[in-house]
Amino acid sequence: MTHTTLLDPTAELQPVERQLRPRLASLSGATVGLLDISKPRGKEFLDEVESLLEEQGATVRRYCKPTFTRVAPAALLQQIGAECDAVVEALAD
Amino acid sequence: MTTRYALIVKKDCPTCTLIEPLIPQLAERLDGGLSVYVQDDPAFPDNFEAVDDRELEFSWRNGIEIVPTLLRGDGEGSERIFGWDRAEWREFTGISALGEELAPHRPGCGSRTLDPGMPEKLAARHAGFGARKVDLAEAEDDMETCFERGWTDGLPVVPPTPERVVRMLGGTNREAGEVIGEVPPDRVPCTIEKLAINAVMAGCKPEYFPLVIAAVEAALDDRFCMHGLLCTTYFSSPVVIVNGPAATRITMNSGVNALGQGNRANATIGRALQLVIRNVGGGIPGGIDRAVMGNPGKYTYCFAEDESDPDWSSLAMDRGFARDDSVVSLFAGEGLQGIVDQQSRTPESLASSFAASLRTVAHYKYFGVCDAILVVSPEHRRVIREAGWSKADLREALDERLRVPAETVLRGIDGVAEGAPESLRGKQLRKFRKGGLHIVSLGGTAGMFSAIIGGWVAAGERGSQMVSQRIE
Repeated sequence: MTHTTLLDPTAELQPVERQLRPRLASLSGATVGLLDISKPRGKEFLDEVESLLEEQGATVRRYCKPTFTRVAPAALLQQIGAECDAVVEALAD
Repeated sequence: MTTRYALIVKKDCPTCTLIEPLIPQLAERLDGGLSVYVQDDPAFPDNFEAVDDRELEFSWRNGIEIVPTLLRGDGEGSERIFGWDRAEWREFTGISALGEELAPHRPGCGSRTLDPGMPEKLAARHAGFGARKVDLAEAEDDMETCFERGWTDGLPVVPPTPERVVRMLGGTNREAGEVIGEVPPDRVPCTIEKLAINAVMAGCKPEYFPLVIAAVEAALDDRFCMHGLLCTTYFSSPVVIVNGPAATRITMNSGVNALGQGNRANATIGRALQLVIRNVGGGIPGGIDRAVMGNPGKYTYCFAEDESDPDWSSLAMDRGFARDDSVVSLFAGEGLQGIVDQQSRTPESLASSFAASLRTVAHYKYFGVCDAILVVSPEHRRVIREAGWSKADLREALDERLRVPAETVLRGIDGVAEGAPESLRGKQLRKFRKGGLHIVSLGGTAGMFSAIIGGWVAAGERGSQMVSQRIE
């Protein structure tokens, strides 16, 4: 009987599964971060989102990634996590 | 305490049969400290009960190359003699009259651990792997399994058996467990062993493996920005350019059809890099790879430069290396755009021709956005060289011809909405940022065709820069 063994070419590590945070009951009084990833026209899109959020009573804080081509620096992620209840990321142009 | 001795023999070895009569005497004089391990016939020797080592685990773990070998002591401090040399055996065992009746010396034979194909088999069987093992059922087809598990780029891969991975690891001196960096997009730590598995699948030979390692190391350099390059909607993907003796040693193609199919090293080194990004990093097309169209080079895009003209500097030399350094350079590039010029007989004319084509990279009104590689064919190189120009002269001529006033390329000009933003009005624009136009030379000797490999629309510090890595 021939019996073949292969070595797995994929990552050995399983990513940590994280629970989603509970949905905010209300935007009123919440602090919402808006992250601009530095793609063209991201600012215009987020300006619109900002005014919609403020109409619903949210406090908005704006953030910006240095470049869309790289992942956000860890310090920026931590800052957003510490300062906001929720975050909206403008992904594309 | 009794000193431990181990004698490793095989019946098929005349020197082992020659010393067979000495074994009982050895056992007695060594005070019960002797064990005999036999590699082929467990009934040998017939005067002493030997340990059956037909699986060769003891021989492999002790690095036996010749039989007979006599080991004294265990582990790192052990000493050994091999073959038969009467004086040496007497000294080693302390038995002064040993083997008086035998010839004074006879060379030994090769250990079965060194039979053809055996070192890989034994290493695969007895060495530990970091990777998970996937055992296939009898009816499973190994190639289909690789497809079903999502390990391939759409073409068949060589199934990564432990024996093949051991052979691939033999192509480098680096430790299998060494972590060389984190592979995007999942930012997963990647070992040399994991690269070897993917290099096997890509079809690499072990002698290509140092180039694969260098290519992956270059891809993981932050300046290359592999993460963004993988995720982009743009066409681009890593282009692998090899310079120096390593390319010649593994007979890479830098001549006829060098950017096409047909050369195993060209084809598989580029493919191995792509498989690492896919399998280790998790960069799956349609998943996090969001390319609108991609380009055929995302299967593999790897070639060597023609370095036959000693007065034409190579890409690696332009980047600070010496002619005899072996170097892999990575560029974030798209497909190939041809430049036909069969009429230019002066470098000035040719430079103008090249520049007009280079202007169209990404869009004829995009300036300062992309890098590019100009691929100069041997015939075009001849026109340049016969006029006494160097590559530096060509670069300077191109730079002069690739500047325009912003007014000519603003949005709306020529009835084309695309173009440079109004904020650039009044400025002189350069097609390529400083250091953004790379020049390589390769191809067959007939045909006045050069080519452009356009870069990603995110060049420089905000995106990708060419990264060169010395091949170890």
